[in-house]
Amino acid sequence: MLKNFEPNKIFLITSKAPKYILFAFIIIISIGLIEALIISPEDYIQSHSVRIMYVHVPSAWISLGTFSVIAILSFVILIFKNKSFILIAKSLAPSGLVFNIIALVTGSIWGKPTWGTWWAWDARITSMLILALFYIIYILAWRIYDGTEKVDKVTSLIAILGAINIPIIKYSVDWWSTLHQPASINIFVKTSIHSSMIVPLALMTAAFALFSILIFLMKYNTELIKIKNKGLDRL
Amino acid sequence: MINDIISMNGYGIYVWSAFAFTLISFVALYTVIKIQLVKEKIKFDKKYLTLTSDKRQTVRAQKTYKGILASNLVSKI
Repeated sequence: MLKNFEPNKIFLITSKAPKYILFAFIIIISIGLIEALIISPEDYIQSHSVRIMYVHVPSAWISLGTFSVIAILSFVILIFKNKSFILIAKSLAPSGLVFNIIALVTGSIWGKPTWGTWWAWDARITSMLILALFYIIYILAWRIYDGTEKVDKVTSLIAILGAINIPIIKYSVDWWSTLHQPASINIFVKTSIHSSMIVPLALMTAAFALFSILIFLMKYNTELIKIKNKGLDRL
Repeated sequence: MINDIISMNGYGIYVWSAFAFTLISFVALYTVIKIQLVKEKIKFDKKYLTLTSDKRQTVRAQKTYKGILASNLVSKI
């Protein structure tokens, strides 16, 4: 099964898919923005500032999800010495970092009218900042060790080490008393968000996920062509 | 109506700046990755054009190279 992820086999898909994904992203984000900024109602406590949720929450979800995938792939790379996953893990990092930064900045902007401060060193926010640092270290490690034999091992270990932070982020609001509110959406229990707010949130999440896939595919193609360029030198 | 959407009861500055930051980040990331991709494609084309005809044939026989060539400028020359 792992052989299906070999670059030679999936390049045909990764090179053609971006234009269709970009098209779908533009359509979904346009509808999502109208829903999030105009149609969805204001909150009875937070008023219009609740609209920041539509960019803050999907960004946080995608940055967490992306790092989790990188960590799982890194585990497979370390244990099974699977070379096909290296390129996938490397290509996921840039979009993950940008979504993490968006989550931190929009969270900070949301914090000012809600908590009266731009920043608080509480468990959720600090653990998200640590995740951003892991993304930066992971990307820097690729730059520093690229072309050397130990690059796979070093980057995989960083990702696995960073994965320890994922459950801390998720449960920080339950384990500690934080300024950050607990999760409002849970797939196992009834959500506390009204359906009129779920629709724009779902649309924006779908749009952000598509954008993340688009960036991943473009980065993957760039890395693959870079490798093939080196191959041409050896001919 | 438009004024209400812009001001959002005084929260407009926070809401619009959060959305603007997100969209600017998207455009910046897309532009950087696109530039990197185009640069690598141009580098590939230049290297490919310097190859001898038999080496080009070897390259064309490989699946991934074929795919890159199909999406690159050199295929249109």
